Amino acid sequence: MLDTFFFYAFALMAVAGAILTITLRSAVHCAIALIASLAGVAGLYLLQHAEFLFAVQIVLYIGGIMVLFLFVIMLVNLDAAAKERQFHRRLWGGIAAGAGTAVLFSWFLLKGWGSIQLATPVAPDPNAPGNVEQLADTLFRDYLVPFELASLLLLVAIVGSVIMAKKRVS
Amino acid sequence: MESSFLHPITTAHYLVLSAALLLIGTIGLLVRRNVVVMMMSIELILNAVNVNLVAFSRHLQDLGGQIFAIFVIVVAVAEAAVGLGILIALFRNKETVQIDEIDLLKW
Repeated sequence: MLDTFFFYAFALMAVAGAILTITLRSAVHCAIALIASLAGVAGLYLLQHAEFLFAVQIVLYIGGIMVLFLFVIMLVNLDAAAKERQFHRRLWGGIAAGAGTAVLFSWFLLKGWGSIQLATPVAPDPNAPGNVEQLADTLFRDYLVPFELASLLLLVAIVGSVIMAKKRVS
Repeated sequence: MESSFLHPITTAHYLVLSAALLLIGTIGLLVRRNVVVMMMSIELILNAVNVNLVAFSRHLQDLGGQIFAIFVIVVAVAEAAVGLGILIALFRNKETVQIDEIDLLKW
């Protein structure tokens, strides 16, 4: 019962934050709403016993990416932008595309859900070690090469963003 | 489903939530003019994918889903860093962050 309550609380937080993110006028307010949405998703990870991802979501997304976003917002000074038209010219086209996709999704859920069969849920192993330990085992045993490639990707991203953002010296 | 809509929270609940977040992110990406907010919409979309991956990881008791979520986060970080770098370079040259004023390649 408590699970149900927390699921709906976190889901409401995530969805309400997301809606505010795309509707609020000021970019700083959008960033704050996005932080609420990300925190809701973090709570959902915790509900699903993905403790490591919960910590990563808080530290990396809310602590890292959102601070980066806020820095850039301060840097490019969006005060002038906040007074302009908020939505793109294709506002109604975008909403229509979204509504069409929503209709497709809900049509699928109402009509087609019975015809697909999710695999039977596997019961959790009571003797399994903690989430972080299992995750480390899997990551460093089965996914070591992707892990190393990810470090290369991050290196390229760091160098690329520094080169992109630095002043031209000529 | 024979059980009530509310009580046991199943994988299907998480899939519906993930679909909703994905939709909101897509609409935001299509509709907003501000590039920074468009990048925030991309973050929303990536988060929706992560909710889905973690839900299936829990459903099948297979940690591969959570590993994939970690890699999605890594790519999201790289994307945010490079994207914001491009944005700063763009703002320095064009003095705007509105997407429909950046139309040099359009004729």
